Amino acid sequence: MTPTEQSAVASAPDIDRLANLERIWKDPSGFWGWFTHVNHRSIGKRYMVTAFAFFLAGGVLAALMRIQLSRPENHFLGPDLYNQIFTTHGSTMMFLFAVPMMFEALSVYLVPLMVGNRNICFPRLNAYSYYVYLAGGLLLYAGLFINTGPDAGWFAYVPLSGPDFTPGKRSDIWAQMITFTELSALAVAVEVIITTFKLRAPGMSLNRIPLFVWAQAIVAFMVIFAMPAVMLSSTMLLMDRTVNTHFFNPAEGGDAILYQHLFWFFGHPEVYIIFIPGTGIVSTIISTFSRRRIFGYTAILLSMVGTAFVGFGLWVHHMFATGLPQMGESFFTAASLMVVIASGTQVFCWLVTMWTGKVVLKTPMLFALAFFFVFVMGGLTGVLMASVPVDLQIHDTFFIVAHFHYVLIGGAVFPLFGALYYWMPKITGRMLSETAGKWHFWLFFIGFNMTFFPMHILGLRGMPRRVYTYSSSMHWASLNMLASAGAVFMTAAVLIFIANFFWHQKKGELAGNNPWGAATLEWATSSPPPVYNFAELPTVNGRDALWDALPNQPIVEGLDEDCRQVLVTRVMDADPDHRDEFPEATPIPFIAAIATSGFFISTIFTAKAFFPTIIVVGIVLLIWYWPRRQPSLRRKEREIWEH
Amino acid sequence: MGTLNQPRPLLDVSRTPTVVFGHRSIIWWGQSGLMAIEGTMFAIFIATYFFLRTRETDWPPGFDLPALKWGSINLALLVLSAVPNQWLKKKSEQGELGAVRIGLIAMSLIGIVNCAIRAFEFPSLNCVWDGNAYGSVTWTLLGFHTFHLVTDTCDTLVLTVIMFFTPIEGRRFEDVSVNALYWYFIIITFIATYLVIYWAPRWL
Repeated sequence: MTPTEQSAVASAPDIDRLANLERIWKDPSGFWGWFTHVNHRSIGKRYMVTAFAFFLAGGVLAALMRIQLSRPENHFLGPDLYNQIFTTHGSTMMFLFAVPMMFEALSVYLVPLMVGNRNICFPRLNAYSYYVYLAGGLLLYAGLFINTGPDAGWFAYVPLSGPDFTPGKRSDIWAQMITFTELSALAVAVEVIITTFKLRAPGMSLNRIPLFVWAQAIVAFMVIFAMPAVMLSSTMLLMDRTVNTHFFNPAEGGDAILYQHLFWFFGHPEVYIIFIPGTGIVSTIISTFSRRRIFGYTAILLSMVGTAFVGFGLWVHHMFATGLPQMGESFFTAASLMVVIASGTQVFCWLVTMWTGKVVLKTPMLFALAFFFVFVMGGLTGVLMASVPVDLQIHDTFFIVAHFHYVLIGGAVFPLFGALYYWMPKITGRMLSETAGKWHFWLFFIGFNMTFFPMHILGLRGMPRRVYTYSSSMHWASLNMLASAGAVFMTAAVLIFIANFFWHQKKGELAGNNPWGAATLEWATSSPPPVYNFAELPTVNGRDALWDALPNQPIVEGLDEDCRQVLVTRVMDADPDHRDEFPEATPIPFIAAIATSGFFISTIFTAKAFFPTIIVVGIVLLIWYWPRRQPSLRRKEREIWEH
Repeated sequence: MGTLNQPRPLLDVSRTPTVVFGHRSIIWWGQSGLMAIEGTMFAIFIATYFFLRTRETDWPPGFDLPALKWGSINLALLVLSAVPNQWLKKKSEQGELGAVRIGLIAMSLIGIVNCAIRAFEFPSLNCVWDGNAYGSVTWTLLGFHTFHLVTDTCDTLVLTVIMFFTPIEGRRFEDVSVNALYWYFIIITFIATYLVIYWAPRWL
């Protein structure tokens, strides 16, 4: 782009200026400082570490289930504990790992860097979202450790999860855990949308936004329209259980199927919320490691948008066994098949990119290629199940378990590991070991298929999901043993990754700014980036920002550097629009999250807690919002109003 | 990107504004995001209402029709409040402190009156939340709107205090403008809520 106001010529940023930027943008260090951070990379790393910790916790629960199922009539876990474990496993992986990792963690860390700005929009809200998410996760595990883990499955269907069949607090903990995690995802969704549309580097018009950023923005829209449904349904469940409403009570005009509609109106988009970031990662990795621009940028973008739209019209295919009218079922079968068109378009674009590029088989690329195999396979069994008669036959069997693990691990975990190998050099400044990475990859890939492929056959042979054991006369023992053996491989693979991570922090090769020769803006700054992300705020000259940059690509100048001022740009063409100021480090998001947690958790036990706790939340938010005198006076002095 | 040492042309942004309104402003986008989320909740909740309607032959089942008086008064007041609200929004975007203070006081009072009338609305629903699913959905829908009404009234009160007692800068006028935008959300969602709660049982 041509700068509109091209004035002087920049010289090297002097040491004093960088030291000043560091002072202005740095959040306090130390124990108490930790609670005041508002930097997006600091919060992003917390999201990553926390979500990965929940992934490990969910993995341990999975391993316990595989031990229990490895042979018939096993008594390693009892039926009640088994119910709590599979419910907590599913809830963890969906609500505490997949969405927080694929959406929140990656976009909070990467989107501001990839659009060339210094922080995410609403940095305090961002910090708040993290603490709220953490509190929700801890609530779930606190429940499990005191034998109050939810036990009605990760979707907590009524009437099983309702007041009549699950007395006690198990379902309430599940329902409030949902409120915590969805609140956090909704907050991040708003931040990501605004960061994508209003905080881009000048020149990064809509058709130059990196596909990964597009993927996260599309997911953010899906979050906004999908997550309210589950927040409502879980709140209604909680109200049925605590204040005697009758939303799902058929005896008083309520309806259990209503719960399923509300849940899956969220639940199906949820699957796409988890794997669309994965496709964004794959587009990025494939372009970088094929050493060429992505083929079919527009087609891939439109496919993602199309997938997101159609994703809202599929929820009933989770409910084919509920006896809905046939006409409705046919509609949802057709809609389910339509997704194949959008997904297929993306796959073909990636294939052409590789076919016409020079493929470099580093670890991130291996994970991207495995995504193809595993995700396409999961997609194909999904097409089978879109057919009502097939669905009725395999409903609630291990075939379903196999299918959604292929889709979710294929669509999220494989791309995620690729992303971690790809972006870790940027995050820590050092390279992960390639050798260990390849061991990790192959063990995980083989172990995954060993574990989940046999489940297809087990399902077809009639093994229902969610049974804690089975009789030897069913002849399911050898395939179950094979699946459990595969879990050992997967465990080993993850342990190798963890070892690799700790090794690379000390011994890994220094990465430099751009170890992969990639095209997006995060690679234009040092690894790890300074607290202000970019010493000189970049401008963009093409779709692949670094590959298309002019030798003397202009830089942005004129922001006040005695406060956290940022440049806001226009939606369409990212022309400079105005300047805004981001807040300083503050503990108030943490305090607000504590108050919110007090509100959510106390209302599990008594409705009387509603008013006192919400008043506390209100007071904390008031303190959060109350203007600070000095910054107000400083801004007032320099104000320029719009024309 | 070239190296840091290479001289590069500058894109000077030092004369761009720092106070903007409407869709140019970040806080407007944030507020719109909130309204999209909350609007989705209203839509899904209203869909729930009509879903539950299909489970019954009589509607309302086992209760009298909700009485129209207080809800209609509140609706009229809310719709009329759009006039001072729009005036306040315009004045805030022109940075007229005196007018904004008057507008905020007026809108605070209107909000308080709305909340007070709301207290009479609940008994006039003629049902209880733990009686049956109709009662549950009716109470919760009105409660959900009340939650928003009270929140925005409190926001307006806080803004009023701030505009009198703290140093005034452009951002505060952006806040007033966005708060006025949110009041429209309160009005529009109440029109929908009112039609569902008071008229759906009469028409369906």
